[in-house]
Amino acid sequence: MEPLKLHFDVSGSDFTCAGEASGNIKKALKEIGFSAALTRNVAIAVYEGEINMVIHGGGGQIDVEITPECISIVLADQGPGIPDIALAMQEGYSTAPENVRQLGFGAGMGLPNIKKYTDEMIIESEVGKGTTIRLKVFPQ
Amino acid sequence: MTVEQLKNNLGLTYLCGESAAAEKEIEGCYCGDLLSWVMSRAEPGNVWLTVMGNINSIGVAVLADISCIILTENSVLDADAKARAQEQGVVILTTAENSYQLAAKISKLI
Repeated sequence: MEPLKLHFDVSGSDFTCAGEASGNIKKALKEIGFSAALTRNVAIAVYEGEINMVIHGGGGQIDVEITPECISIVLADQGPGIPDIALAMQEGYSTAPENVRQLGFGAGMGLPNIKKYTDEMIIESEVGKGTTIRLKVFPQ
Repeated sequence: MTVEQLKNNLGLTYLCGESAAAEKEIEGCYCGDLLSWVMSRAEPGNVWLTVMGNINSIGVAVLADISCIILTENSVLDADAKARAQEQGVVILTTAENSYQLAAKISKLI
């Protein structure tokens, strides 16, 4: 089977659009017949990525490849980058501004949630150039 | 128990999505206002008690398979959030009670 490929552009600073990519991915996985639990996990991980792109990355791109054996997701932005990835991975650590916190975000759970809901997570980040997060979820 | 039955038992008021309420089964309850925290901790089928009535709450409810949102303390549902909820079939109810008071009542029902 040819992998199903999906691409989404995420606009920066627009919280009303965040959730479109994850919603569409969830729908696609459900239609293919993946389990409700896997579908939910992938959707949550992608949503956290979308929100991070809006808060920190000034928008970005999401590419997904789906096969029966592996769901592969690449979240890429051209934002300011992450100076200390280990610190950013700690639950509760957040650099989100106050206006974002008032919307209910910025709890410092984004990256830890992405890790929690995926099988593989690789973060590549360069300060001043951007961040790419590569995720894999194995259905079996 | 369905969302419709919960609403009738607790005297809650619909803000939107009532046509889907009779079909939505409730399994447990979660209280919280930090969206990532809720996404990470709430279980599928949970009733979600919150004061966050913005458009991102709708996204969280859909992605986390929440059975319904109950906005406590008469907190406001934004117009764009209501439109998104209607589009996505999310049931939203409201109450004057706070999350603690309502959760205590829900725990006796489910």
